[in-house]
Amino acid sequence: MRDIDTSVITETIKDMCLKANIELADDVSSKIICAKTQETTELGKLVLSQLTENMEIAKKELIPICQDTGMAVIFIEVGQDVHLTGAPLEDAINEGVRRGYTEGFLRKSVVGDPLLRVNTGDNTPAVIHTRIVPGENVSITLAPKGFGSENMSRVYMLKPAEGIEGVKAAVLDAVKLAGPNACPPMVIGVGIGGTFEKCALLAKKALTRNLDEPSPLPHIAALEKELLEKINEMDIGPGGLGGKTTALGVNIETFPTHIAGLPVAVNICCHVNRHVTRMI
Amino acid sequence: MKKIHLELPLTKDKVQELTAGDYVYLTGVMYSARDAAHKRMTEALADGKDLPMDIKDQTIYYLGPSPARPGQVIGSAGPTTAGRMDRYTPTLLDLGLTGMIGKGRRTQAVKDSMKKNHAVYFAAVGGAGALLSKCITKADIVAYEDLGTEAVYRLEVKDFPCVVVADDKGNDLYER
Repeated sequence: MRDIDTSVITETIKDMCLKANIELADDVSSKIICAKTQETTELGKLVLSQLTENMEIAKKELIPICQDTGMAVIFIEVGQDVHLTGAPLEDAINEGVRRGYTEGFLRKSVVGDPLLRVNTGDNTPAVIHTRIVPGENVSITLAPKGFGSENMSRVYMLKPAEGIEGVKAAVLDAVKLAGPNACPPMVIGVGIGGTFEKCALLAKKALTRNLDEPSPLPHIAALEKELLEKINEMDIGPGGLGGKTTALGVNIETFPTHIAGLPVAVNICCHVNRHVTRMI
Repeated sequence: MKKIHLELPLTKDKVQELTAGDYVYLTGVMYSARDAAHKRMTEALADGKDLPMDIKDQTIYYLGPSPARPGQVIGSAGPTTAGRMDRYTPTLLDLGLTGMIGKGRRTQAVKDSMKKNHAVYFAAVGGAGALLSKCITKADIVAYEDLGTEAVYRLEVKDFPCVVVADDKGNDLYER
């Protein structure tokens, strides 16, 4: 049994908020830089070079890459041999978000009630997904999610008979509808299987996987590759202004499902696909 | 690609010279407003009150910036999705608004109103907020400060880069 005071979690999350919003992870930034050399349209090339320059300014001057510094989505895995002490876990997480967004000059984009819509002023609460896992460590992934792309995300409850072709059609439909609204080039997170809410969570989780790591399942890795190629033939392009760089990657996660169903969730993310992971 | 340097305010004769696909660098004064500010402005008009600024020949930038660090004019300052403002836009166009900056598609109702009123919709690069902040030389809150990032700012910009997506002739660059 290992004791961890939750104030350590607070401090870690505070640092992660700034890091995630100022500096893109290497897998995403390298894809943008690579796309710049491959894009063929004049406007597409111009947009991609602005994105590259934007990343450099953000990192150098500590200005958020995007003004929408997102709603803080947190995946936390707590080892079952960990004994958490101090403030309750969710309070400690929210305190980390509060400090990170306030001290880091990040935008406060959360309203306290979805209908009354008064800004909470500190970007809390975070959306927290907790799992208990074997071991005595705590692993935290922070994925601040902007809503230009979140708004374009979708769940499709397909019939089993629609199969893999149905899944492809659903993903391509979501990308087409997202178009210029989702700040392309996009990153596409897909969840297949589970239940209505499980597939949405899988899609979100998929966005946190390194873009250079295909699915370990051969048929899913092949699907990721095929969908990326098809999406990049849609001519949405950087900024939606045309070109072959519509998506930087497609990540798919799967889960067993019911005999009667084939749920598919498509979580669209813009090129500012932020994710940071730390282990305590 | 035609590149144009344009001074704000955006009079209707300047609008008529612009065509979807033109690349434009804007210099002058514009105002930020996004969801909550549009709601308030529309409610003010419904109550017979004035808007926080004279909107004739003005440009609205759909923006909610991140806070400025000490010494900075503004924080990250890229465009938000314009379509969320569509419900409020024709009313403002009828009052003389001529320019809008955002990203993403507009409804046909907005495009029809732009044609009728001679207005233009520009897209700035979504997710390039650090870069675009460098074109903003002054930022002052002029209304709705309680809305935080959604307050209305008066912005002075220099060579702010954007592309004409929809013009007053009915062209739309997103519909290729």
